[in-house]
Amino acid sequence: MSELVIHTDKLTKRFGNFVAVDALSLTIYGGEIFGFLGANGAGKTTAIRMLTGLLAPTSGTATVAGFDLYTGSEGIKRNIGYMSQRFSLYDDLTVRENIRFFAGIYGLTTQAIKEKSRQLLETLKLVAVADVRLASLPLGWKQKLAFSVAILHEPKIVFLDEPTGGVDPVTRRRFWDMIYEASGRGLTIFVTTHYMDEAEYCDRLCIMVDGRVAALDRPEAMKRHYRAESMNEVFIQLARPGRTEYT
Amino acid sequence: MKEALLVASVGKRFGRVQVLREINFAVSEGELFGLIGADGAGKTTLIRILVTLLLADEGRAELLGLDVVHSYRELRQRIGYMPGKFSLYPDLSVEENLRFFASVFGTTVEKNYEMIRDIYSQLEPFKTRRAGKLSGGMKQKLALSCALVHRPEVLFLDEPTTGVDAVSRQEFWLMLRRLREQGMTILVSTPYMDEAVLCDRIAFMQEGRILALDTPAGITTLFPEPLFAIRASETGRLLSVLRSSSHAASVYAFGSALHYTDNRPSVSADELLASLHAQGFSELSVSVIQPGIEDTFIALMEEKPGSAS
Repeated sequence: MSELVIHTDKLTKRFGNFVAVDALSLTIYGGEIFGFLGANGAGKTTAIRMLTGLLAPTSGTATVAGFDLYTGSEGIKRNIGYMSQRFSLYDDLTVRENIRFFAGIYGLTTQAIKEKSRQLLETLKLVAVADVRLASLPLGWKQKLAFSVAILHEPKIVFLDEPTGGVDPVTRRRFWDMIYEASGRGLTIFVTTHYMDEAEYCDRLCIMVDGRVAALDRPEAMKRHYRAESMNEVFIQLARPGRTEYT
Repeated sequence: MKEALLVASVGKRFGRVQVLREINFAVSEGELFGLIGADGAGKTTLIRILVTLLLADEGRAELLGLDVVHSYRELRQRIGYMPGKFSLYPDLSVEENLRFFASVFGTTVEKNYEMIRDIYSQLEPFKTRRAGKLSGGMKQKLALSCALVHRPEVLFLDEPTTGVDAVSRQEFWLMLRRLREQGMTILVSTPYMDEAVLCDRIAFMQEGRILALDTPAGITTLFPEPLFAIRASETGRLLSVLRSSSHAASVYAFGSALHYTDNRPSVSADELLASLHAQGFSELSVSVIQPGIEDTFIALMEEKPGSAS
């Protein structure tokens, strides 16, 4: 089996009396595309904030990219990438400025930033628009750039939080092509989405209900278990009140 | 059937960007009409023109037989609008928000309680809670109640389900169907293709244009070629093999299958199966399927070069 990239054991977060994440135990391997699903309020965001070192857990243990969640949060931040629909790049900066800014945040040296910028602009065929402000570029280009910038510092894992919300169906699929390619190179992908067809593109899925793992398996196996045609049916069966537990 | 809404040659530009071009359509009384498109397609701008909040540069629109520019005062009494951004008062309670919106329209919650009972009754246990403290699904129900509290004849909803999970989305659409059964005319926008089938008719929007307009079943007849669903154990390799094939017209992932069209006019599922089998794929299946709404939208987008870059 390949390298362990995320391992959590009974990871829990309480806010007062409310248990947002209840004993989350996950094992995620190098190069895996791991889908993290759940209804609004199921605890996804809290779990991601813990796994990215932004929020201290109440109890449980975890390592991310080889660093302990309690003692190594700085190490975690340097070895993960993050992208979401809401927060990715700055529209008022040019393509080149965006690359330089994020590379700087991830701690790359001036020399490395120069080299990476040149490479990235060439690979993405953005040389001609390098000094154009991002706002005027098509959404598909922005998305490609946002993803590439999130993994510029060669992290072991990238967290994608609803990366395709509101995106047209062609751009959405091109984005998944990029995810597949990156996972083929060994990058681990941790992704959340409200599009249930995208859930089927994942190697494994975790469905959260009320802060707990309601199901964790390969999409095909989950569909078989629930005798469902699609992941949408599985999700609705699980997340609806009065559901049956996955065993 | 009588028309509730008529849109004729509407155009709008913001600075140098043409956000709407030559928009033409009509919505009948009692119809549930969907505007389907991604961010930036022009859905919100169009809705804001129709609800009298924005002036078009070209063309005209009539709602309930009244011009949206000249009769805006009367129209605002007779239509309901739920904007895309949560726009209730977070510091007011659930009940205070509802009473506020009722009083703005010169009515009371009691007078129109029948109208909102279905939806509001689910919120009543939390009526003293501040709106800002509600969950996503409950905010959405409150916003809908506030948009309905003055008994509008036409309801406009701008992306009511964006960012909402699959279960809450399903519940929300059930509520819309019930309102439609009571005779309300509804115009709703959404980026989710799977919601399109729940509308009576839909308009696909892309870059300020309407690409197609029909019933959901009618839209899918626009899909040109036979469409194949192909599955194999290695989806990733299957995708790249099919993409590099000189016969491939289009290849897109759809859940666990790939949707494929071929540029040879009469290729059969068996021929495709044999050629993929020869390339070492296992657990293969190839079948001809009915194109869906999303297949058709993609095909229409691809017809316009440059639109999907």
